[in-house]
Amino acid sequence: MEIRHKVLLVDDDPDLLEVYRDTFAMLPSQPEIHTASSGARALAMLEKDGYRLIVSDLKMPKMDGLQLLSVVRRKYPELRTVVLTSLVDEQFRSRVYALGVDLYWHKPGSEQEMTQFLECMESLLGREYEGGFRGVQSKSLVDLVQLECISQSSAVLRITNGPFTGRIWVNNGEVVDAETEELRGEDAFQKILRWKAGNFEFLPAEPHRPRTIFKSYNALLLESAQAIDELDNANTSQFFPGQPFQSGSTGLTELAQTEGVEFVLKMVAETKIDSRGLENPERIASWTHHSINRFRALGENLQAGTLEQITGIGLQRNVAVAQKGGTNLCVGWKTDKDAAEIRDEMKKILTLWAS
Amino acid sequence: MGFLTSWFRSAKPLLQLHSGSFSMDRTGRILATTLPSSFPRNLVQTIGHCVALTFDEAQNAQLPLNELIIHYPGLKITAREMRGGAIVFLSIPNATEPTHKTS
Repeated sequence: MEIRHKVLLVDDDPDLLEVYRDTFAMLPSQPEIHTASSGARALAMLEKDGYRLIVSDLKMPKMDGLQLLSVVRRKYPELRTVVLTSLVDEQFRSRVYALGVDLYWHKPGSEQEMTQFLECMESLLGREYEGGFRGVQSKSLVDLVQLECISQSSAVLRITNGPFTGRIWVNNGEVVDAETEELRGEDAFQKILRWKAGNFEFLPAEPHRPRTIFKSYNALLLESAQAIDELDNANTSQFFPGQPFQSGSTGLTELAQTEGVEFVLKMVAETKIDSRGLENPERIASWTHHSINRFRALGENLQAGTLEQITGIGLQRNVAVAQKGGTNLCVGWKTDKDAAEIRDEMKKILTLWAS
Repeated sequence: MGFLTSWFRSAKPLLQLHSGSFSMDRTGRILATTLPSSFPRNLVQTIGHCVALTFDEAQNAQLPLNELIIHYPGLKITAREMRGGAIVFLSIPNATEPTHKTS
């Protein structure tokens, strides 16, 4: 049986909601349409039921569209989000996109615009959210490399994982070279294969690329799989010098070994703390927890979007705080890194953390 | 498609963010501001309070800081500690600028 996706339409004007309802009823996929007359009501409905798409106005009393979408993006990252507004202001458009909203639409003013709008909605409803690598279609990196090699293809596979970029050269079904950051050859290949999500694209083949990898693709993929297993094991058994062994800290040791990092602290709740390079992590953990909560609330109050990062510059050390998947992460940095460098480095740290 | 005209109507304005700065003393009193008067005064106070509290708590955690930068998608807050008070800068990121360096 075909699934009917649920769409939530939010506007404080009941007449407009009826217009919306009629409009969305024209969609070929015939979604199930629900309406909410306020942001608070919309959040309550999202809490109860699984929706595919939310379409919200910006100007609403009490909780406006920016506040609503800020909360929605944080709590339901997989929900498709659309702003439908009559506001013509570049700042709001930028802010809406900065929140991670999928589409910002001016209310259609002609039949042609209405047709385009409906086509976009239909496309958004149909698009699947998938993990893995998003390119032509969602696949794992192992699948991609295997596919290219089995079909004896030649191509350059360009993979991006947050701030990282890697390339794998395949010529006539053989992996001949790989490159990412400062690594080249097999080391780069293994590093890239450890990424769990990102985007890929195929670039034209470079048949004259000098060969640095001479193993068969099967051997390479096998070694990569082993390396990933070993890394996972190491992360649960290694310890930082002078620190007691703490289990369940996958990835923390690796983060602490990043150049320029003095300490790493993660906390899932206020009391569930794990750290590397800190003798008394409790005080820093408490500061981290309070700072994140304080500035997250401020961001919602200011309608500035989800808190991305807090950077602190001090005489003794610098520090950066961010949240990823319900975990607070605080990283201490040496003072030779300035705020802009820390921001860039933290993006890499968070990408590594997510991987 | 005549109903389309009903999609346009007036409503209360959204909070407009602005670039600007303000300074406050150690008691949290706002001394001077370059933010427009349309920007709610209570929000200026709230930002100042959050910043001051974060500096204080960092000091107590033996992590003395003299500058804080808070990044949101739609706003960047930079606060510099000044003898117990602070000077705070608000800036709106330009959507056309890259958010990080590209190699």
